[in-house]
Amino acid sequence: MTLARRRFDALVIGAGGGGLRAALQLSQAEADVAVVSKVFPTRSHTVAAQGGITAALGNVLPDNWHWHMYDTVKGSDYLGDQDAIEYMCRTASKIVYELEHAGVPFSRLDNGKIYQRPFGGQSQNFGGDQAARTCAAADRTGHAILHTLYQQNIQAKTHFFDEYFAIDLIKDEEGFILGALVLEIETGEPLLIEAKSTLLATGGAGQLFRTNTNARINTGDGLAMAARAGIPLQDMEFFQFHPTGIAGRGMLITEGARGEGGYLINKNGERFMERYAPHAKDLASRDVVSRAISIEVREGRGCGPNGDHVMLKLDHLGREVLNKRLPGITDTIKTFLNIDPAEEAVPIFPTAHYTMGGIPTNRHGQVIVPLEKGEEVIPGLYAVGECACVSVHGANRLGGNSLLDIVVFGRAAGNDIIEYLRENRYHRPMDESSVEQAMAHLARWDQDGEGESVAELRRELQTIMEEYCGVFRTEEVLKQGMEKVLELERRMANVRLHDHSKVFNTARIEAMELENLIEIGIATVASALAREESRGAHSRMDYPERDDARWLKHSLFFKQDQRMDYKPVTLKPLSVDSFPPKERVY
Amino acid sequence: MKFLIYRYNPETDSKPYMQEFVLEEVKPGMMLRDALLELKEQDESLVFRHSCGEGVCGSDAMNINGTNGLACLIPVSSLKEPIEVRPVPGMPVIRDLVVDMDQFFAHYRAVKPYLIVNDPEPEMEYLQSPREREKLDGLYECILCGCCSTTCPSFWWNPEKFRGPAALLQSYRFLADSRDQATAERLEDLEGPYKLFRCHSIMNCVNVCPKGLNPTAAINSIKKMMVKDMV
Repeated sequence: MTLARRRFDALVIGAGGGGLRAALQLSQAEADVAVVSKVFPTRSHTVAAQGGITAALGNVLPDNWHWHMYDTVKGSDYLGDQDAIEYMCRTASKIVYELEHAGVPFSRLDNGKIYQRPFGGQSQNFGGDQAARTCAAADRTGHAILHTLYQQNIQAKTHFFDEYFAIDLIKDEEGFILGALVLEIETGEPLLIEAKSTLLATGGAGQLFRTNTNARINTGDGLAMAARAGIPLQDMEFFQFHPTGIAGRGMLITEGARGEGGYLINKNGERFMERYAPHAKDLASRDVVSRAISIEVREGRGCGPNGDHVMLKLDHLGREVLNKRLPGITDTIKTFLNIDPAEEAVPIFPTAHYTMGGIPTNRHGQVIVPLEKGEEVIPGLYAVGECACVSVHGANRLGGNSLLDIVVFGRAAGNDIIEYLRENRYHRPMDESSVEQAMAHLARWDQDGEGESVAELRRELQTIMEEYCGVFRTEEVLKQGMEKVLELERRMANVRLHDHSKVFNTARIEAMELENLIEIGIATVASALAREESRGAHSRMDYPERDDARWLKHSLFFKQDQRMDYKPVTLKPLSVDSFPPKERVY
Repeated sequence: MKFLIYRYNPETDSKPYMQEFVLEEVKPGMMLRDALLELKEQDESLVFRHSCGEGVCGSDAMNINGTNGLACLIPVSSLKEPIEVRPVPGMPVIRDLVVDMDQFFAHYRAVKPYLIVNDPEPEMEYLQSPREREKLDGLYECILCGCCSTTCPSFWWNPEKFRGPAALLQSYRFLADSRDQATAERLEDLEGPYKLFRCHSIMNCVNVCPKGLNPTAAINSIKKMMVKDMV
């Protein structure tokens, strides 16, 4: 049977906030745009973001974008690129007003303006008093933004391919990206989408870890597709553990819970964050709070019969604040723990949450790879959001900056693609050998016979990543982890499916998702092993200090020869003075 | 723990059937979605949608012991055995528990689920008082899971003409928004005997909504606005 083909100006893979914001920009510019998503768009994981989106509106406390920039640079442990951070923080207010005009139901202040709450790592005046920078729609801000962006795309008549799974990028010999091979899940039929430009907005890879706050779909598909197309992955050692996941289960409890006045206690009832971050306390950066909790538990001050978690105290906030500002997590806590947060403290533990690393891009969303001197743009390929590494989050992302990241850079990439389409008016000839390669990748799952199961390997991968590449790392443990993930990669060749049916075969999708996760697992452990320092979320017990002389640089992992390379951090912003690295205290 | 699960694969089955599954180990706090994932390990051909696991993505609506709900929010310990799991009713089945939601989303798109403002945009946010904003509570939280519309007899009988509770809840979400300027247009679009008025306040939708929303109340509010509009 001949392979079905469709042609568009622009292909967007992923329908979370980043993909939808880019698609909206393109549709409004009357580009012919196709959005491919393996789930119906409002099921994308942006929907689960809770606390809010940061912008220095100054609605509650004095604020300006330059302070936001300082906090983000400091939060990144100086690994963030300051040009991209300046751009993001400068654009933030405009972006939030745009969202509000589009209909996002933000919570409101008495004067009718958007409600803002304090979040971790936010300060006034470059490290001074706590700021209140997170614009919130109760604790369902991601849901509010994702639904609004989808609705805007309905109005703009964007073309959606819902429940299509992207298998591989198509690339020609000159290095142009020509679109992607995708699979219609309902029919099991492959489809080649030819496009002059392709944007990856496929989200993170939280499913790497056993306990995570992420949806099941967060398998890093775009990262793995890029890696297979020869693109290095940047800063993969930096994986964020959110301080407050429900202990043992993983459901996210927003940082907004502490922003509204909640705090952490150990088994002695001590408010222990005062020891670790005397100034910011419970609103220190996420990496700082997650490490503090892990240390409390390790040193025997954990709660519960096994002493394996700490408690988040919310009951003093009162039922009214919980119902008005934190209704979503109140429901989640009731549903999954059978307790009422207005009466009892909530057991929590750091939980895998966010992929800081990703596909290297510049602030226009263009994918860039290192060349001998400088960098080269991959023509026709863009990436935004959690799958990309701009890098605005560096070694540690601040809460509220990921919703901002996706909307700012989704829009920026949309604009750049419009430019690119003006200069590249025609589709390039299809590279049939690249298509064949992608088809072979899909056909691999038709193999019959006995073998290992996807579920078993997935479970092992998640356990290995948690045990060997978690909050605290050492060379010895990482080396063992590396051997183990490479062994999984070898065993992947022996995995067989029993279900070879076509219609809505989710077993086949899960198999390809596992392939993607294993690629990313290898990149993560290899990058963590190589970086001999502690910075942000990457905490090496054998190298406990940050080492700017050796390691103020981005790592790049190349899949093909499992090689590490490095590139400098952009310390020079667009218009203001640089924030030089200094000791990071909260 | 015993399960009876609706199975149908159009490639191999001439008609649907109920298959029995047994789960030996039921972990404390196990939700139906967790159980289904374990059953899928026994038989990887079992197919259902799911994703976030905490009731915000809206993927895993199904009919559980006769009532629609989200599998990820329902503890198996709360269910009578054998637990009967079927696709949500009234929709074409694609395979097993997966239904074709096209009609449902077509109704959603038809109510123009986006803010319509004709005035020039201000440089700042539109101002909206907390009281005006409160009117959106109970409306904007909808996750489009489809539990409500697929449990509504009026929707079963007139799936092409009646918008259904989910779409009408969305319609009211914009009618109730102090920023929206398309009230007359929205109300006019819902006129006639079917789109809105097929709702007979049976209230199945209210009983099943996993987010605790009340589409019937929203529909009644739209009806009231229409009456006011006519007077």
